[in-house]
Amino acid sequence: MKKQCISNARIIDPKNNLDEIGGILINEQGRIEAIGKNVTELNISDATFYDCAKKIAIPGIIDMRVFAGEPGFEYKENFRTLSQAAISGGVTAAVTMPNTNPIVDNVSTLDFIKRRSRDKSIIKIFPLASLTKNTNGEDMTEFGLLKLRGAWGFTDGLQCVQNNRVMDKILNYAKNKDALIIQFPQDNEISKNGVVHEGFLSTKLGLKGIPDIAEQLIIERDLRLLEQYNGRYHISQLSSKKSLEIIRSAKAKGLNFTVGVSINNLSLNDNDIGDFRTFLKLSPPLRSEDDRIALIEAIEDGTIDVIVSDHKPEDEESKRLTFQQAATGASGIETLLALSLELVHNKKCSLNTIIKSLTTNPAQILGLRNGTLSIGSEADITIFDLERPWVINKENIKSKSKNTAIEKRKLQGKVEKTFINGKLVFSD
Amino acid sequence: MAINQYQAVKFNHKHLLGIQYLSIPEINLILNESLAFVELNRQENKKLKILNGKTQINLFFENSTRTLTSFELAGKRLGADVMNMNLQNSSIKKGETLIDTAMTLNAMHPDILIIRHQDSGAANLLSQKVNCSVINAGDGRNEHPTQALLDAMTIKMKKGKIEGLRVAICGDIMHSRVARSNIYLLNMLGAEVRVIGPSTLMPKNIELFGVNVFHDMEKGLEGCDIIMMLRMQTERMDGSYMPSTREYYEFFGLDYKKIKNAKDDALIMHPGPMNRGIEIDTSLADDINRSIIVQQVEMGVAVRMACLKILMENKI
Repeated sequence: MKKQCISNARIIDPKNNLDEIGGILINEQGRIEAIGKNVTELNISDATFYDCAKKIAIPGIIDMRVFAGEPGFEYKENFRTLSQAAISGGVTAAVTMPNTNPIVDNVSTLDFIKRRSRDKSIIKIFPLASLTKNTNGEDMTEFGLLKLRGAWGFTDGLQCVQNNRVMDKILNYAKNKDALIIQFPQDNEISKNGVVHEGFLSTKLGLKGIPDIAEQLIIERDLRLLEQYNGRYHISQLSSKKSLEIIRSAKAKGLNFTVGVSINNLSLNDNDIGDFRTFLKLSPPLRSEDDRIALIEAIEDGTIDVIVSDHKPEDEESKRLTFQQAATGASGIETLLALSLELVHNKKCSLNTIIKSLTTNPAQILGLRNGTLSIGSEADITIFDLERPWVINKENIKSKSKNTAIEKRKLQGKVEKTFINGKLVFSD
Repeated sequence: MAINQYQAVKFNHKHLLGIQYLSIPEINLILNESLAFVELNRQENKKLKILNGKTQINLFFENSTRTLTSFELAGKRLGADVMNMNLQNSSIKKGETLIDTAMTLNAMHPDILIIRHQDSGAANLLSQKVNCSVINAGDGRNEHPTQALLDAMTIKMKKGKIEGLRVAICGDIMHSRVARSNIYLLNMLGAEVRVIGPSTLMPKNIELFGVNVFHDMEKGLEGCDIIMMLRMQTERMDGSYMPSTREYYEFFGLDYKKIKNAKDDALIMHPGPMNRGIEIDTSLADDINRSIIVQQVEMGVAVRMACLKILMENKI
């Protein structure tokens, strides 16, 4: 591969506190050779140039919550379609959930995913394995063996471990293996049969609500347990304002853990469900406007570390049902960046905070060397136009499933080029 | 005379999915149309030809006797061909979805579908997929518009008005579609609405719907003109909302002692089916000076005839 040079770009790399106009030189091995204001077309020869006209270049986005479909749900998504969707949204790496069929709870299924994604995926796949066997919430998986074979962390994904004794043992044992434990915080009993946020809307539509206390109980419990062991712990996505209070006071006490939020909970509230729009049936549910605003503030002040797409492709049949029966989740990997940029355009968050929560922070939590434009690192780069307007339309969605929660939304900020290992994989 | 007054009102909907979508004039239009049918239903010859040649399908996914019978009679008295489909234990168990069932029926060109379903929003979903009009005969906990209309009709017949009356809706508000439809309707027509029940059976933020909330029945009943009792919907409950029916009856069952707090001429309503001895004292339920439960059933047929007529004449 010839050397390539991304020139005349506004380069933002939060890890290196870099925000300047300049270039990125990519070597023959697809790694970053030089970066910064001194890298220009004037002092580099023998390279393919991409003049960015001052558009923004950032490390490729790492999406920490993605349902990839393989194995078992290939009709909803596969690694090839996921990759196409991801690169058009500037995502160069996906952390995949173990909620496949079969569940990723053993070394051979993990191995299958590693091999399939190596052969079919354009983007980098960092698989998670389940916390418990078949996500049954009772029997711990082989953290040590799975980690050796390439599991980057452990989560039951769509499920939350309910049993206190089991969770205690998990956090205790995981510490031995330095394994990252990721929890989706929701108490099953309190949220039983719930489908929307419990509030005005659940009463109006006559739908069973999920009270926000369902989330707080688990967070409170997990953080108490974590205090004893101080292992690596991450909350996959938060949805409520009150959870933030718990998190802030635990962080203030010095407890070390990290927190994510789904872009859906930052961009929509429960009123958007209107008259039973099943495409907005999500887990955790969309909550009130108060909750949404509080979550956005928590991004900016660093209480929340990561923004995820919570990309959950669902075929039309699973959504063309009554709200109670419809599947939860929305396809969103393509719009993760554009929706996040809304927060910048609305002056709620700084551009640097947003980029950090999509790149540097996920990499740091998972222990990846990606998510930065440091010299020597793999050249995973996303170039986007911060101002360019576009509209999300079902017809243009690249994911195999078209269940976007934001159909027809006007977005500002469009990915124009995506590089993975120095290779241009998407250009618009 | 009253009918002329509302002739200028246009009923601006293809479907009747809920009270929340209606305007005050539209509600009054239905109530006024119903008036004529009340008279008709008391005649010996009850048959009209207004809906001759029309096909009405009653699509009931949840069991029902009074609502189904009421809709069936209403359609037949207007001359429609009425078919009842009891779907609790047929195609649904074979894995067919609501949409598929709807599409199948749609291909048979019905003119109106009456749907009852255990899931909130089912009528809305159906209405998006078929060409004919849809009437919601109860969807989950969401709405049961014809019940609220027949309740309003009954109150109007007995009290002469709705505006200014104090109405208490008592019991399992959380699981009740009847409560929701009635809250919308009674508020629109100017009644003062109270809801009474244990806090475990109150849905979140119900006070934002323009009602006063009471957890003490005797206090809640003070000065009430109308007492609407609701059934404990144990089939929709998961887990314990009340310690026992005995305890429930003690505090929230309507009996001669508690009703003393209401106005002397307060009337009792119930959408049925009743659980005697759980939410209501059995002799009180049958007290002809107090209970207008039988009249509700009578009004039900008239109101449903009015709804069918209005939707069928109103081709949108």
